[in-house]
Amino acid sequence: MRTIIYLFIGILFGITMYKSEAASWFRIYEMFNLDAFHMYGIIGSALILGILTVQSIKRFKIKSFFGEDISFCPKNKSIARYLIGGTIFGLGWALAGACPGPMFTLIGAGFLPMFVVILFALIGTYIYGLLRNKLPH
Amino acid sequence: MEILYNPWPWYISGPMIAFIMFLLIMVGKNFGMSANLRTMCTLCGAGNNADFFKFDWKSQRWNLIVVVGAIIGGFIASNYLTNNDTVIINPDSMENLKSLGFESAGSAYLPTELFGNGVIMDVKVLLILAIGGLLVGFGARYAGGCTSGHAISGLSDLQLPSLIAVVGFFIGGLVMIHILFPIIF
Repeated sequence: MRTIIYLFIGILFGITMYKSEAASWFRIYEMFNLDAFHMYGIIGSALILGILTVQSIKRFKIKSFFGEDISFCPKNKSIARYLIGGTIFGLGWALAGACPGPMFTLIGAGFLPMFVVILFALIGTYIYGLLRNKLPH
Repeated sequence: MEILYNPWPWYISGPMIAFIMFLLIMVGKNFGMSANLRTMCTLCGAGNNADFFKFDWKSQRWNLIVVVGAIIGGFIASNYLTNNDTVIINPDSMENLKSLGFESAGSAYLPTELFGNGVIMDVKVLLILAIGGLLVGFGARYAGGCTSGHAISGLSDLQLPSLIAVVGFFIGGLVMIHILFPIIF
């Protein structure tokens, strides 16, 4: 039953990524070129509703659909890892035009060269795992 | 129905993303797609070489199912919910792209110069896709999240680390497009 729910949420996510054009390389370029409101509108409106949602869940101690407590884990304090890691991610996001969600959506939409991006995103993740102890965090 | 087939405006798309995060929270999970890249590394046996990949991948099985859904969603959206998949961007951006050699700007969903059928024979394009992927995978894990984990989930939880990460995303994106694109293309 839960598997069906996760699958349904994923399908909704994939459709949204494709139809919003957030999965389009062109839209990412346009966003970083500061030429349109579209992507900022998407992220901004998602964020405003997201903040209201999360803060309400916390304040009113809302339980999950299954009656369990909902917990949010605060992220570790640091500047280096977020700033350096984030910048590296941003370089890749603008070059490949896809972040880790849309990459998969675009495979479903039939853009097979995206397999190259995914394969190397896995290799990049693996390299991080190998170097993790040597990097500033 | 026309509104479903056309590209969705930001004020539909943004709330949909918030709704997806809401659903994931309400089933006791969280919205973060790049964690799947780590899980997939673990599935490929990366735990033998780095402790970072030694964890019970089954705890992330749900997220892999979300990925399967995201693939199916892309298939459904492109095949059954779209009549014309051309992405119309700002004319200035389109002009810039054409001057960089992206003739497909304004007539495709993704640039055919990078994602067309012939690219598998083009070493330069393969290198661009590979480096893009490497940076996304490495950067997302180093930063502890990507667009979904930081820009949406983390910021919704008012996490300062996520704000720093998002600032990083934009530094990287701006440098790539304004400084590196003219060199690469």
